[in-house]
Amino acid sequence: MIWNEEFETLPREALEALQFKRLKTTLERVYATVPFYKKKFDEVGFHPDKLKQLSDLKYVPFTTKQDLRDNYPFGLFAVPRDQVVRVHASSGTTGKPTVVGYTRRDISTWAELMARTFTAAGVKKGDILQNAYGYGLFTGGLGAHYGAEMIGATVIPISGGNSKRQVMLMKDFGSNAISCTPSYALSLYEAALEEGINVKELPLRVGIFGAEPWTNEMRREIEEKWGIDAIDIYGLSEVIGPGVSFECIEAKSGLHINEDHFLVEVIDPDTGEPLPYGEKGEIVFTSLTKEALPVIRYRTRDISRIIKEPCICGRTFVRMEKVTGRTDDMLIIRGVNLFPSQIESILIETKGVLPHYQIIVDRVNNLDQLEVLVEVSEEFFSDEIKVLQNLEHTIEKNIKDLIGITCKVRLVEPKTLERSEGKAKRVIDKRKL
Amino acid sequence: MKITQISVFIENKSGRLFEICDLLGKNNLNIRALSLADTSDFGILRLIVNDPEKAFTLLKQKGFTVGKTEVIAVEVPDVPGGLASVLNVLSANDVNVEYMYAFVEKSSDFAVMIFRFDEVDRALDALEKNGIKTIEGVRIYGI
Repeated sequence: MIWNEEFETLPREALEALQFKRLKTTLERVYATVPFYKKKFDEVGFHPDKLKQLSDLKYVPFTTKQDLRDNYPFGLFAVPRDQVVRVHASSGTTGKPTVVGYTRRDISTWAELMARTFTAAGVKKGDILQNAYGYGLFTGGLGAHYGAEMIGATVIPISGGNSKRQVMLMKDFGSNAISCTPSYALSLYEAALEEGINVKELPLRVGIFGAEPWTNEMRREIEEKWGIDAIDIYGLSEVIGPGVSFECIEAKSGLHINEDHFLVEVIDPDTGEPLPYGEKGEIVFTSLTKEALPVIRYRTRDISRIIKEPCICGRTFVRMEKVTGRTDDMLIIRGVNLFPSQIESILIETKGVLPHYQIIVDRVNNLDQLEVLVEVSEEFFSDEIKVLQNLEHTIEKNIKDLIGITCKVRLVEPKTLERSEGKAKRVIDKRKL
Repeated sequence: MKITQISVFIENKSGRLFEICDLLGKNNLNIRALSLADTSDFGILRLIVNDPEKAFTLLKQKGFTVGKTEVIAVEVPDVPGGLASVLNVLSANDVNVEYMYAFVEKSSDFAVMIFRFDEVDRALDALEKNGIKTIEGVRIYGI
């Protein structure tokens, strides 16, 4: 099923003409309204008038997450603040989050993109959707919510967590569809078993899973256990949130990028040179319609490949393969982005010195677990147990408060953490992705 | 009198306690008293040894996280209610005991207890005023 037949099946030529028109408008607008972009364009001698074809975009400088941080909180907004009807944010390295904004029209664009996503997954008017993405500053919950309402599904805005209640309502309300992270889908399965629920007898038909990388093996596991179709979706708050690209239930092979709203490029992460479709590289997006916070050549740090061959579903949008890696050290834990440097600054703030530490990520019972090992140096040591236990709890609490992830901090003896060639090994990811 | 206690951070792994005791023994350091406090992940070994400075330097050299703390060795009458009488004095003077442990050997008719206070001077003062004897370092290290 296709939500917006007109745009989603637009012939490539017409689509590219539309992209060019929208790109030009966007570049002109950010050049005129966002000092950051004007300065950046001027520095390399680029002017929006110079854009003669889509491929001229390669002359425009990239935008990075650091640029968003440097312009915290509203510095990159391209509209007056009173036009912004909503902000979302993701956690940041120094406790300052990355802030994104939406005008009323952005919110409705976003709802449409999520309506396309749900429709491609076979969700329709009359279905009951259990939305177990987190609500709040995180874009997942509200993004999915508005899209599901737009198609006329009955939304259960249950948010994440409280698995027992999730499976109870799933059974009592008769949810047909669920949206959450794929790892949470597996942990809900365990909860259903514990509650003595036969999941195969539930009317649940499809799951719309995203916010963290997952494999086709994991898809098979979820589909077999639950007896449902498992669909992958992709998005990032800097671009709009969930709904940037989505799989169709017909093919389940590659995620269709909403190309009428986002221009996609693949680049060599080291040189920044654009790569032809089909080659593996870093995915870069440029907003084509976003009003409040358009991003120009935003570097996602996600590694993937673009498939331009037509899909059996009839959509003309290109597809991106499931994301297979990152060009930076960002970890995604239970759908929350985490950079090791965030843990580092929390540790420094605790005692004024940086201890040796190691971040261990594992998936236990299908749920990501974060453990932070901290070597006890003299600055951290005390002869009193309560002081050391308080230290563990303080670090755990700061990580929870600033990053939003529950973790376990464990104090270890000096020189026990692995160092490779003298350089500390900061992250051990035991998850098999 | 204040005496110096050595504390060592140890993870709950088999053999760690042995390694420390073995190291001290091979370097002619005698353990006069010890206590081990632990949680599920880690423990703190507190030691009174005959040469605290030497033990501190040695353990540090061997890569352990070591601390020095001032504690007080108190003579507790070796009779029923002996410890209670000492604690009563402390309590009456509002002195808080962080932790305490017993010395293995006795000095005449007294048992010896090691006390760790948050306010050492106030504790000493209270004990002295109430006629409770504390033992000086030189004697303790050599008992």
